[in-house]
Amino acid sequence: MRRLNPWHLLLVPLCLVWIYPFVWMVSTAFKSEREVFLGGLSVLPDEWTFDNFVRAWDTAHFGAYLSNTVVFSVTTVIIVLLVSATAGYALGRGSLPGKKVIVGLLITTMFIPHGYTIIPIFKLVDGLGLNTGLLGAVLATAGPAHVVPILLFMGYFAGMPQELEDAARIDGASYPRIFFRIMLPLAKPVVGTVALFNFMAAWNAFFIPLVFTLGRPELRTLGVGMYSFFGQEATDWGGLAAAATISLLPIIAIFLFLQRTFVEGIAGAVKS
Amino acid sequence: MLLLFVAFTLWPMVASWWYSFFDWDGVGPATDWVGFSNFAEVLQSRPFWHAFGNSFLFSLVAICVEMPLALLAAILLNSRRLRGRNLYRLLLFLPVVTTTAVIGIVFAIMLDPAGGFVNDLLTSVGLVDSPITFLSESYALPTVMAVDVWKGFGITLVYWLAALQTVPDDLYEAAKIDGANGRQTLRHVTLPVIAPIGVVILLLTFQKSMNPFDLVQAMTEGGPNHATDVVATYIYRYAFDPYLNAPRYGFACAAGVVFGVITLVMTALQGPLLRRQYLKGSR
Repeated sequence: MRRLNPWHLLLVPLCLVWIYPFVWMVSTAFKSEREVFLGGLSVLPDEWTFDNFVRAWDTAHFGAYLSNTVVFSVTTVIIVLLVSATAGYALGRGSLPGKKVIVGLLITTMFIPHGYTIIPIFKLVDGLGLNTGLLGAVLATAGPAHVVPILLFMGYFAGMPQELEDAARIDGASYPRIFFRIMLPLAKPVVGTVALFNFMAAWNAFFIPLVFTLGRPELRTLGVGMYSFFGQEATDWGGLAAAATISLLPIIAIFLFLQRTFVEGIAGAVKS
Repeated sequence: MLLLFVAFTLWPMVASWWYSFFDWDGVGPATDWVGFSNFAEVLQSRPFWHAFGNSFLFSLVAICVEMPLALLAAILLNSRRLRGRNLYRLLLFLPVVTTTAVIGIVFAIMLDPAGGFVNDLLTSVGLVDSPITFLSESYALPTVMAVDVWKGFGITLVYWLAALQTVPDDLYEAAKIDGANGRQTLRHVTLPVIAPIGVVILLLTFQKSMNPFDLVQAMTEGGPNHATDVVATYIYRYAFDPYLNAPRYGFACAAGVVFGVITLVMTALQGPLLRRQYLKGSR
């Protein structure tokens, strides 16, 4: 038998403690109100109950919040993809005047803290009359330049052979046609990475959805809903745990399903 | 694209400056020009500097605690002889993908002094006599910071793992032939090779750690008694807090401008220093 690496003795307990909050969350979500109230350290509930989920889904509106979050995330991803792909194409190919200045400006904006621009963005969306639905929050999230996706697309498009574009042009393809029928399909790996990351970011967004739904509770996303649920029913731990489970399970499932792409995407960002 | 960039990225920056010269509640156009008095008020405000200090403490913890710990874990998980290292990486990474606001509330409940899981455990094994009030004025800041490290650890770990994978195998073999032991290899082969990428990781970590709004707002709303206030929650309170009768957009903008400018200057100051390090490393 192979000798067991002693590091496992450290790593196994560490990882268990590390993910314990999730275990606790799911286990509490299935416990009865009485059992939650009495406390107790057991992981498995004495009696399994779905009451907490029913309460979170109906009374606390997490069913509605879930669909809000899906709409918000998907729309944001589509806009970010369109904007950053076209921008990356323009910057990556051809000789746009002032290209270096634009790229420099983009990178500078990466280091500007969030709170700095939220008020003007809020007033801008308000001024456009779009602050009546989720679209306002989507615009506020997707509108500001997404620097990393743009740079990713830029690098990818810059590496494509010029002959490809020339051949298409000779065949009579228009500029948008070249982009949508040839270039974009070829950039599938980048599209996938950008879509995945922005979906995650949008799903987990809190600041912007919070600010934009302050007056409209029915439009809350999961994170914001969780926050206000806690504000109203701070003692309904079972319900809160169920709501947290509803909020986190989809994103954890997506992550586990696509974890290879995910981790490699992050690693790739550092190397380049 | 250009329109969006101008409208949502450039304009807000300029507008922040502009608004900060007005005493403005956000209703109707800003007309009440007050010159620099908002700035004067921000600069003299003790709570603002307190929040500012906390924001930088968050960055400091991320850079001085999270980064070295993640590097150690990465070196350990990079070893090919360790079985199940992908599983470990997966588990350590899991908190990164979850919604910060939701996590904040889960922790707030777990750490509750009256019947929260952590205190129940600590008292039942006899480690403490009375429950620890984790989110009280004196302990709240370290608690929130610890959760912040837990949340961000996985991503820094993956950065370091990526960096470690850039070290070519023949360098390790050469070191082995020269009779270097584990620590010498680490000190003279691994660390110098990954140093340039370390600089990038430092910048990324700094940028990420500047914005702990979600976690702080969800766990403590900047309280109790402003103990965990950061600049973002400070601005939020003055501009968007639903319990506020008259929002002070102008004042909040001024606070944002001061913070933005100082951050930008600090990043710019790091620039040449980091570049030198980067060039030294790549030579």
